[in-house]
Amino acid sequence: MAFTPRIGVYICHCGINIAATVDVKAVAANAAGLPGVVVSREYTYMCSDPGQGLIQNDIRELNLNRVVVASCSPRMHEPTFRAAVSQVGLNPYCFEMANIREQCSWVHPAGELTTHKAMQLVASAVAKAALLQPLEQRRASVTPAALIMGGGIAGLQAALDIGEAGFEVSLVERSPALGGHVAQLHRTFPTLEATADLIQPLIDRVTQHPRIRVLTGSEVVGLGGFVGNFKVSVRQGEETSEIAVGTIVVATGFEAFDASRKPELGYGQYPQVITTADFERLSASGDLQVSGKKPQRVVFIQCVGSRDQALGNPYCSRVCCMVSAKQARLVRDLVPEAEVNVFYMDVRAYGKGFEEFYDEVRKSGVIYRRGNPSEILRRGERVVVRAEDTLLGQPVEVEADLVVLAVGMTPSRGTDVVAGLFKLARSSDGFFMEAHPKLRPVETSMAGIFLAGACQGPKDIPEAITQARAAAAAAMIPLMRGTVPVEAAISSVEEEMCAGCGQCASLCTFGALSLHPTRGVMTVNGVLCQGCGACATACPSGAISLKHFTFDQVMAQLEVVSGWAAPVAARQPREEQAIEA
Amino acid sequence: MTAPEAPKPAALIIGGGIAGIQSALDIADAGFKVYLVERSPSIGGRMSQLDKTFPTLDCSACILTPKMVDAGRHPNIELLTYSEVTGVTGQPGAFHACIKKKPRYVDVDKCSGCGLCAQACRLTGKVRSDFNAGMGKRAAVYVPFPQAVPLKYTVDPNECIFLTRGVCGKTFKCKDACTAGAINFDQKEEFVEVDVATVINATGFDVFDATRRPELGYGVYPEVITTLEFERLASASGPTAGRISLNGTLPTRVVFIPCVGSRDAGLDAPWCSRVCCMAVAKQAHLAHDRLPGVEITVFYIDVRAFGKGFEEFYDRVRHEGVLYRKGLPSEVLRRGDHLVVRAEDMLLGEMVDVEADLVVLAVGMAPRKDATQVAEMLHLRQDESGFFAEDHPKVRPVESSQPGIFLAGCCQGPKDIPDTVAHAKAAASAAMILLAQTEKAMVTSYAAN
Amino acid sequence: MLQIESRPFARDHDLFACVQCGKCTGGCPMTLKTKLNPRSLILRLLTAGDGFDLEPFPELWDCTTCSTCATRCPKQVSPMETIIGLRSAIVEKGHVHPNVKTALESTFRHGNPLSMPREQRGAWAADLGVKHYTAGTAYLYYVGCTPSYDPRGQKVAQALVALFSKGGVDFGILGNDENCCGSEVRRLGEAGLFEMVVEDNTGAYKELGVTKMFTTSPHCYNVYRNEYPKNGMQVQHYTQVLAGLVAEKKITFSGSLDKTVTYHDPCYLGKHNGIFDEPRAVLKAIPGLKLVEMDRSREKSLCCEGGGGRMWLEGTNPASRLARMRVQEAVETGAQILATACPFCVLMLDEAVKNLNLEEKIRVMDIAEMAAQAL
Repeated sequence: MAFTPRIGVYICHCGINIAATVDVKAVAANAAGLPGVVVSREYTYMCSDPGQGLIQNDIRELNLNRVVVASCSPRMHEPTFRAAVSQVGLNPYCFEMANIREQCSWVHPAGELTTHKAMQLVASAVAKAALLQPLEQRRASVTPAALIMGGGIAGLQAALDIGEAGFEVSLVERSPALGGHVAQLHRTFPTLEATADLIQPLIDRVTQHPRIRVLTGSEVVGLGGFVGNFKVSVRQGEETSEIAVGTIVVATGFEAFDASRKPELGYGQYPQVITTADFERLSASGDLQVSGKKPQRVVFIQCVGSRDQALGNPYCSRVCCMVSAKQARLVRDLVPEAEVNVFYMDVRAYGKGFEEFYDEVRKSGVIYRRGNPSEILRRGERVVVRAEDTLLGQPVEVEADLVVLAVGMTPSRGTDVVAGLFKLARSSDGFFMEAHPKLRPVETSMAGIFLAGACQGPKDIPEAITQARAAAAAAMIPLMRGTVPVEAAISSVEEEMCAGCGQCASLCTFGALSLHPTRGVMTVNGVLCQGCGACATACPSGAISLKHFTFDQVMAQLEVVSGWAAPVAARQPREEQAIEA
Repeated sequence: MTAPEAPKPAALIIGGGIAGIQSALDIADAGFKVYLVERSPSIGGRMSQLDKTFPTLDCSACILTPKMVDAGRHPNIELLTYSEVTGVTGQPGAFHACIKKKPRYVDVDKCSGCGLCAQACRLTGKVRSDFNAGMGKRAAVYVPFPQAVPLKYTVDPNECIFLTRGVCGKTFKCKDACTAGAINFDQKEEFVEVDVATVINATGFDVFDATRRPELGYGVYPEVITTLEFERLASASGPTAGRISLNGTLPTRVVFIPCVGSRDAGLDAPWCSRVCCMAVAKQAHLAHDRLPGVEITVFYIDVRAFGKGFEEFYDRVRHEGVLYRKGLPSEVLRRGDHLVVRAEDMLLGEMVDVEADLVVLAVGMAPRKDATQVAEMLHLRQDESGFFAEDHPKVRPVESSQPGIFLAGCCQGPKDIPDTVAHAKAAASAAMILLAQTEKAMVTSYAAN
Repeated sequence: MLQIESRPFARDHDLFACVQCGKCTGGCPMTLKTKLNPRSLILRLLTAGDGFDLEPFPELWDCTTCSTCATRCPKQVSPMETIIGLRSAIVEKGHVHPNVKTALESTFRHGNPLSMPREQRGAWAADLGVKHYTAGTAYLYYVGCTPSYDPRGQKVAQALVALFSKGGVDFGILGNDENCCGSEVRRLGEAGLFEMVVEDNTGAYKELGVTKMFTTSPHCYNVYRNEYPKNGMQVQHYTQVLAGLVAEKKITFSGSLDKTVTYHDPCYLGKHNGIFDEPRAVLKAIPGLKLVEMDRSREKSLCCEGGGGRMWLEGTNPASRLARMRVQEAVETGAQILATACPFCVLMLDEAVKNLNLEEKIRVMDIAEMAAQAL
């Protein structure tokens, strides 16, 4: 039965984001004349309730069977609009978006050419929409268990939450002990409590929890499967075992910046120069000594390995201002006669109770001097710190018995390996990249894998715990639901054209293609396939097509954009096909 | 997991800003019912008042409205807008809440959000719009902003001529204009009672009243505005459709003043409001983007660009030619047709008078004016700043002093959007644990019956 | 009044990126003895509005262009380039120190800043049998103005010739045809003359088909490698080539130098280009030589005050050149020889030793001289 497309086209203004640069009324008018288009509208915010209402009304009253929205990137609102059309009974894969914001209004100046480009993008989407086929949305069941990678404070908290919610948790930690960096701290800001008092109860609750299995001295060495059905290979010593889980939380933490990368500061050269990490251990003994003597003058230097483009670390490590404030205060307690100076660029005491603590630290006699020291030299038994006190406007030389370098945070050793194993993206600072910096701080681009703690970026203890709990919430949802949606736009093999050469399988990073044992053709695993399309591009006989991105559909788009018509033989008959399982 | 007939426990979330919305979505996605109560006519909160957000320059409405729409149409979320929680009793797993639904005087089943009533209203263009931070006007019948969820009109009982004086001319202009017959002045407030296993408090914040620093001229000089007011001027949905203009003219010299109502022990606001350094950097960028040939000066004490991408954004803004000067301005004075900002530039070691035709005050975040009443109602402890106190500042950031009641977002302390979302999700996690445990107990007792 | 337009200047030099952290001023060697404050200068430029008067800043001519500021700046601003830019503005208005004027004019006319005739440039090599560079010679040995004309500098060039001949390196020199590389010209702010010099030299090397070059001076090395157009020519400092020859045993030392030696990292080798190890590798290969390090070594090396045009500019506090401080530091290590690898450093340090009457205690030598002695 021949299929007649009845396409609705909706051009979004996106406030002034599109409308200030593209003549949206003209685009809508132009779209109205395109083949198959039954209605064409423009509106200020298509993603809003009334905007979606416009589409839904038209579907009902005008019997639309395909919808095109020209607005922002599909990454923003494709799910929004797909949900909107399915609410009124239209298959969500009969919906197509044209990106006239990120790919048009945001990158070109206002004018005729930009409007014309928007028209072409819309026409191209309309051409594809006419050829779209409905696809079935399926769900897969979820293994009611989670894996937490990393036994620091973030990993511990995430494990506890998921365990308390009633699910089995495996906590994998590569070192022999739990607690990570927090366990190595002596005291924390701004309360100055003993850190052990804070973390030990958490460790105890986790190790004693009936549903949490702790695997120390273990490492994740392989990952297979997909959200709801992951298979994680864990190696402990000589043995490797496989754990089946539904969701994963990555909490692999951080490492301190290696201060020897700033040779002019003399770390590793002068015994008087240590890092904040070293100081933590030193102060834990309760007795602060350098070369057998109590230091009389202590200098803290901020931003060592952070806010430093010359090193390739332009980011701020967030916690160091408060760590130094805390340690400076500890020096005043341990050695009351010592003079303590903190050299800084900005004092980032931003959190709850931080500014008040900073006030207290200054009141206790710590002197804050604005300037980023340039070098440290030896002077007899002491060292001398050369800086400019920028508020005095003069270069200064400050002699010291102890210099503490506030080293920044860097991604922990092996982050790149984990990134490769889990296919996780990294931000430009090297830490794991969250799915969206504002609204999705714990999700990654891999469904079912979440981030917690400093592996996503420097943070302090309450922030790590908050994010760990947030990751736990995200990880719990599929476990509580019991099922997850499975990608519908996957590859399919036209068996008559397949020679079983296996080119496609060699390219597939998800292991979704395999040779059928008896028929000699390739088959697609519908749950592993993520619809990337690499196989379809590579197949020498064109036997594989990617649903929702068929040769026909893509060619139709290209024809519109290039104004060139493909040879008739390359076309497939346009017919409404039954929903493909 | 659950026997289909067994009742499922629910959660109550007080406050429909991004924190309340995020917590609601997570709990609802996990399969539990959520009552999301918001006292203004629409959910969205402060985030809906912002133009672009730092450091990505995402348009706030663009990233917020999908979540608002999701919350509005989620099968597990019951939205109670223009409503207030009046009392909560009980214990974790078994709270009982009383909710007052204020009368909109508009029948929400009939209202299509067309706006004809507002156009016809006698007070159209005359009522101060709170959403626009006083920079714009509306009618007595209104929606706070065009993407409101739900998109239903509301009659402001404090402004409506009929409701305040008993009569509005010979005829109700609003009723006459409405083609759906949705205006109904006979509506009364309703009370509903709900049983929930857990409560999340997400009541947000207020901004510092800048008149408390009179030497900065706020309320006296029209050229002195707050960062929130700037946000409205910069917004496409704001009173100037995104043109950052004052009385029709585009400013050419803009000066930002930091820490107004923060880091100020003298005003009982010693805390840092956390977001202003970045908000100012963003606004400086927007001003640079939209105002041709503008000179922008940002005064600062410390530049707190601490988060992911923040320092890099601060670098970017400076590269664009925004001048950062260290020093906290002492006063703003009039000089002819423009203003002068007096400060010591601490790095030059000299007093400076910087001329400006727009001065933006970075006002701090403060607890809501009625935070104490909410604290009393829920038996929550407030800390010295007046924000709600978390159970432990290091390791229990979402638990309040009341078991079973959790805190989400800025009501617990100043936060930016990513920190708020994480905090709200963390509160959701705590709530979900309690819900799961309650459900287990309910299933057991249901099966036993 | 020496007025410049500060706003476009600030933009061109990316000064807005500066966060005023003060690391530049804190590390600048000239702040030890002058008013020079790079951080403050940048802020003044940023806040000056439309016009900035350069006249009250004679300390602009104190900068040695050691690049400590630029190397350490966390926001990748270069106060050094800013100062060079300001010098350009001053030069353009014709306000330059008479010594500088002379040096620049001499470079223009005679191809060297020392007011020496072209025809004598190759005289130092007269009896050495050094081949004149022609197309096909493996290396061009670019000698430089100071090693060509200055008697002390000539000793270094002669030592280099002996070394590399022994090492079997195929190299040639340009003799009287060699022209100033222009490094100090640019640093003195004469951008126009620098452009001309670059064009002339680049054309000449292209015509000659030069593919590989090594230099006596780190200044020449730096300008050819980093500031001339990239035309595929491989540029090295002689210590890099020498270290390679030593490692490959193409040069072996049959003699010895039984002395305690400390090495002064020249700014243009070390701070500018990160070459710290090759010179030390050569020294360590010399039998009998005991290498000790000063506290101020490698990235913290103390500038001798010879760069940035300072060979021709007295600057503020001329009586106390930093070279003297450096010599004291060397003496404190107990070293008998203060080794270096830059003709400017050799001259500055030599003069300091004489001024401090320390000739009996310590001797300044270029690595080339020491290696040649031990051959």
